Amino acid sequence: MTEIPLTTDQLSVTYTGDREIEAVKGVSIDFPANTLTTIIGPSGCGKSTLLKSLNRLHDIQENVEIDGDVLLSGDSVYNTNVPAPEIRRQIGYVPQTPTALPVSIYENVAYGLRIHGDYESKADLDEKVETYLRKVNLWDEVADRLDAPGAELSTGQIQRLCVARSLAVEPDVLLCDEVTSALDPVSAESVEKTLRKLKSEYTIILVTHSMAQARRLADEVVFLYLGEVIESNDVQSFFEDPQEERTKTFIGGTTPVDRDDTPAEQTATPPAPDGSKGSTAGDDKQ
Amino acid sequence: MTTDTDSLRKRARSSRLGRRLLAERYSSYWLTLAGYLAIALFGGITLLLFYRSLPILSEYPLSSMLTSTNWDPARNNFGFLPAIVGTVYVTALSMVMGVPIALGAAIYIAEYAEGRTKTLVAALIDVLAAIPSVIFGLVALIVVVPFIGSYVAPVFNESTAGVGIFTVSLVMAIVVTPFMTSLSVESLESLPDELRETSLGVGATKFETIRSVLLRAAGPGIFSAILLGFGRVFGATIVPALLIGGQTQIPTSVFSTGQTLPTLIVNDFGELMSLPLTQSALIFVGLMLVVVVWLFNFGAMLVQRRLKRRWQYQ
Amino acid sequence: MNRYTTQRLFGIAVRAAALLVVGVLLLVIGVTVVRGGGVLLADPSIVLTPPGSRYMLEGTGGFLHAVLGSLFIVGPATIVSMVAAVSTAVYLQSDYSSKRFSDAVNMFLNVLWGTPPIVYGVFVLTIIIATGAQTSLFFGIVAIAIFQYPIMTRYTDEALRAAPETVRESTYGLGATRFESMRMTVRAAAPGVIAGLVMGFARGIGDAATVLFTTGRSTRMPGGLFEAATTLPVLIFDQAMSFNPEVRSHAYAAAFVLTIAVLGLILLSKLLAGRYARYTPGGNR
Repeated sequence: MTEIPLTTDQLSVTYTGDREIEAVKGVSIDFPANTLTTIIGPSGCGKSTLLKSLNRLHDIQENVEIDGDVLLSGDSVYNTNVPAPEIRRQIGYVPQTPTALPVSIYENVAYGLRIHGDYESKADLDEKVETYLRKVNLWDEVADRLDAPGAELSTGQIQRLCVARSLAVEPDVLLCDEVTSALDPVSAESVEKTLRKLKSEYTIILVTHSMAQARRLADEVVFLYLGEVIESNDVQSFFEDPQEERTKTFIGGTTPVDRDDTPAEQTATPPAPDGSKGSTAGDDKQ
Repeated sequence: MTTDTDSLRKRARSSRLGRRLLAERYSSYWLTLAGYLAIALFGGITLLLFYRSLPILSEYPLSSMLTSTNWDPARNNFGFLPAIVGTVYVTALSMVMGVPIALGAAIYIAEYAEGRTKTLVAALIDVLAAIPSVIFGLVALIVVVPFIGSYVAPVFNESTAGVGIFTVSLVMAIVVTPFMTSLSVESLESLPDELRETSLGVGATKFETIRSVLLRAAGPGIFSAILLGFGRVFGATIVPALLIGGQTQIPTSVFSTGQTLPTLIVNDFGELMSLPLTQSALIFVGLMLVVVVWLFNFGAMLVQRRLKRRWQYQ
Repeated sequence: MNRYTTQRLFGIAVRAAALLVVGVLLLVIGVTVVRGGGVLLADPSIVLTPPGSRYMLEGTGGFLHAVLGSLFIVGPATIVSMVAAVSTAVYLQSDYSSKRFSDAVNMFLNVLWGTPPIVYGVFVLTIIIATGAQTSLFFGIVAIAIFQYPIMTRYTDEALRAAPETVRESTYGLGATRFESMRMTVRAAAPGVIAGLVMGFARGIGDAATVLFTTGRSTRMPGGLFEAATTLPVLIFDQAMSFNPEVRSHAYAAAFVLTIAVLGLILLSKLLAGRYARYTPGGNR
């Protein structure tokens, strides 16, 4: 029997801004250990919202209401005395846009270790930084310039840096939000390679709207449509033998995909003026 | 063994977490305090100035002070009209001279200039916006004052030594123009290129594009630039004190000497400390300045909201 | 008139406007540099010489007192309002306060920004009178700090708002507390924050109206926190109205020093901002 580190129990997320939108509607899923589960579905179907609700990232936003619960190894994530930062340490999150923190490459990886005090000495810290940079296949590319600003790396490298940074705090579960959608195909490939390598040791939940990517990476697939789970199954059965009509049409590519914004983006603060949010078209789906 | 170090680490981590959460709590107390500072400051200034204006307000009716032309604190005559008229003259004249120039220069930088010229001109204007106004006043004393006295005033058949309302207006226009320019450039440059392309694409000339599309789309930003410029002229102290001549009469022409509300405070500052009623009168001048700025800001907010709705492009 | 003629005339007009503004700048800087530089070249020691006993009447000695006064007043004031401004701006971010609250505070900040500096001067003077204190260096610091606070806060707030949302998500996702996450956001916004703070510094060092009534316009060396002092802009203002040509010439020298200080600060802010921009997301564009 596989261990189930993360479970959602009738989880609902409602945006209560100008108009009320229930973005996630009573979702109950199990995420098995040391497995990569992808959540797929068209843009705007609540994937990112669901993902962020798993580690209480919505706490930092206004006008979001959560019902139901998330269970981490059986313990409630929402009805608990455990402070949110500790929960987020256990359930890591890699955002969609590759984001280097405004410090050096080294300090990017060390950041989480430093705030949690998870190292004994400078040598220990050095060692850990190297370990995690190796885990994401980045060490060889940056070993000679660890003091350079993280922002000077290429976007693909930055995204791997983000994964390393998240792994460094030793989370039980890693949430990845469309981590390749802002990347060019070559960089996306390098990140996918990293994820494939990591998935046997970590519980990873990856949101994507690319079926091709789900097929390439996933062990388990959850199909989310308009905030509801339509179907979830292991990758083979999901694609070879879909049970639901809507899954078949989605796999067949006839669902009206890609409404421009997800509700999450509408209620969030206005996007940065460089407009990077609007164009996430660098994806490998065709 | 491993479980031992694991539990040790867990304990270390949780005590550290406690400290971090404590830092979070105390920092948030401090930040909350800081968050209310602006409101407290605003309330404090308004209330204190109002409280200290009460003596003069209870002594003389407001309407008579605002309409009386006789300002002579030593004899308990507190007529603010000359200073009010002077302030209105200076503000209006400066804006009339400054706004078109500022708009023109802003349009040039945002829409016409390119490459190094653009960088250079924009940088120079930013520098100009940062130079303290007392330096403009000082330079004006040897450049603008003689120029107006010897060349400009005679053209209008006026005889003046060169100081007066017109001089102050001109210098204040010079002071605020770069300031308004650089803010207007910002709002013009933040417009998306699609707006320009759309307009040019239907056969409009560049001028027509600027006039009917860009100036409207950037309208709210330009409006607040002008408003800030207005505020700076309205409350200007040092330049008028140096160049207005300080005569407390209703000005007869734009070249005559006069007084603005802030110069009233500067010129009678000595008495401010000693005579209670004068003190109260001058503090009341400060209150008037605050209230006008306040009203203008609120009015501006309403206008801006309308402009935004009317000229929105997204 | 033909629309293409209009177009051409308009082009000429905006060029003329820009030329006029630039021309005025060159004139102002030119006069300051030539007159002030001339005086300073003839006797550079006046910057570092304390004033003589009849300085404002005869121009004996130099204006070191005002140089030091500016430093001792604007320096501490900048530090005080920097701390306050960054704290306020942080509190106005969505992590700490609702949009309604931050909109309201921003409105008050705009009003404060637009408030004439002389009002702050009168406000602090009113406090001085009410408490029976004397005009002094200390109250100069208070007045300048109040004057700088809204400017710095608005700039810092804008810079923090422009910082990428993902820095926030990343740090929270690693288990950072709100305060820890905010520190990283401030770093990410550093170029804008620094530019705003230096802009506030520059405005503070150039302002005369706030300190005119609050420091005492002393003509002696600053003697202590609660002793009278003066600043360069106030000194220039006083000297400009003098009848003694020697004293007036010192005004240009002081103006030269002040201009250099302000320009230096602007340069400094660009350099610092450029340094930090390397680290900010998208900074290497």
